[in-house]
Amino acid sequence: MTQTTVDAPAKDRARIPARTLRTDRWWSYPLTTFIVFTAWVIYATVRSMMGSSFWVEKYHYLTPFYSPCVSKACPADAADFGRFVPDHLPFFIPYALISLPFLLGFRLTCYYYRKAYYRSFWLTPSACAVPDKSPVRKTPGRYSGETRFPLILQNAHRYFWVIAALISIVNTWDAINAFHGEDGGFGIGLGTIILWVNVILLWGYTLSCHSCRHVMGGRLKSFSKHPVRYWLWTQISRLNTRHGQFALITLGTLALTDAYVALVAHGSFSDLRLFN
Amino acid sequence: MGYKAKFRVWRGDAGEGELKDYTVEVNEGEVVLDVIHRLQATEAPDLAVRWNCKAGKCGSCSAEINGRPRLMCMTRMSTFAEDETVTVTPMRTFPVIRDLVTDVSYNYEKAREIPAFDGGDVKPGEFRMQQVDVERSQEFRKCIECFLCNNTCHVIRDHEENKEHFSGPRFLMRVAELEMHPADVQDRRQIAQDDFGLGYCNITKCCTEVCPEHIKITDNALIPMKERVVGRRYDPLVWLGSKIGVVKRGKSTPKA
Repeated sequence: MTQTTVDAPAKDRARIPARTLRTDRWWSYPLTTFIVFTAWVIYATVRSMMGSSFWVEKYHYLTPFYSPCVSKACPADAADFGRFVPDHLPFFIPYALISLPFLLGFRLTCYYYRKAYYRSFWLTPSACAVPDKSPVRKTPGRYSGETRFPLILQNAHRYFWVIAALISIVNTWDAINAFHGEDGGFGIGLGTIILWVNVILLWGYTLSCHSCRHVMGGRLKSFSKHPVRYWLWTQISRLNTRHGQFALITLGTLALTDAYVALVAHGSFSDLRLFN
Repeated sequence: MGYKAKFRVWRGDAGEGELKDYTVEVNEGEVVLDVIHRLQATEAPDLAVRWNCKAGKCGSCSAEINGRPRLMCMTRMSTFAEDETVTVTPMRTFPVIRDLVTDVSYNYEKAREIPAFDGGDVKPGEFRMQQVDVERSQEFRKCIECFLCNNTCHVIRDHEENKEHFSGPRFLMRVAELEMHPADVQDRRQIAQDDFGLGYCNITKCCTEVCPEHIKITDNALIPMKERVVGRRYDPLVWLGSKIGVVKRGKSTPKA
């Protein structure tokens, strides 16, 4: 029998001219994310630089955008952690300048937000099986992912997480302070509840972090030899499945809490009091 | 009740080809692969398609249906409207052999580069593994190697030149599985970054989105592996600890 050799077929991808053949509304997630994040960043920037309507003296409500309030311009009761920053700084330096940059860093390096902004701002890619639209696409070999500066700094997430956890303690202190009645004693108002809901969800976001999951037990090779850390890891893992939800919900609660405190502080309406 | 569905199927080889239109019968309970088989049996007897189990377990019939990476045998026709045109194309990331059949040998080449499990001095029969440790890697063992994750990952899909130094989510998951194995004595963190391209992953989670086995590839393999790599390469405190002798660093394993 004569043996014949068949040439291997030439190797090339299917040359399909359409950019994507997806027929669903794949663009809605990146578009919505882009609009929501942009709106939030504008609101947070304006509010944190405003320098007013951040403290309700009567009920000790302090908005999270000014916590801890460390500027000499802060009212004495709002500054439990000291006032050591001069008050004649340029307008763009926020009163909470020791916390806001780290909170921004925490969210920017967060694994959930990375997915969200790589998809909606970088368009790398905007949706699955939709071509990457970043400028590097046009130059072969330019895509470097998170291997080079500045994106290599995403690896600092664990440090931002530690600082964010410390700031969450400060936010908890603010929420405890918000149990302040009109006569100076114990009191509860709608603002107290809003501050508490916000801080609980902030803890949810901070503790569900992937770096936290790694630190608690994810880094271990053997769970069975470390039962306590395994238990911690399982609890954090449960929260971690909802990390993205916490990330988005806390954007909403932060803005709502700030808006409520701002409106009460401004005198637009008075706080709904439940007790004292 | 059956109906006539409009199908567009990519036909061609060596990259050259076109989307061809077909009208084909669809019956209740059928999946896309059934319709492709009906096409083979009627209008297009020379249509090439790779398939095997028809149960979502062999990972052979990976394709892109209406632009989404899916298994043809697990995509029900009832998810499409009767007047909708269903477009079936081969996986874009891999070279086409013919029609819907792609050459996925890239994946096997990458698989060979991963150093095998190394139990160290443990003799056969000596090692006992607890259920909690088994469970962790069991999730990754559900992989059916359909390569939809590697197909959808934009690192190689949109930047083909990265194929050389990026293994794709499927094999980074394999590295993570071995790295998390309680009996494995190797340190795969350096090669995960340098040779298998973990740093190229920008965690957009498309691998998780398309996985037919619903493995949480990003959350349970890639991100934990990224965190481990940070501990080895980027954490200044760990670096300082290793310099003053508090943290012990073993030797890194070279790639196979």
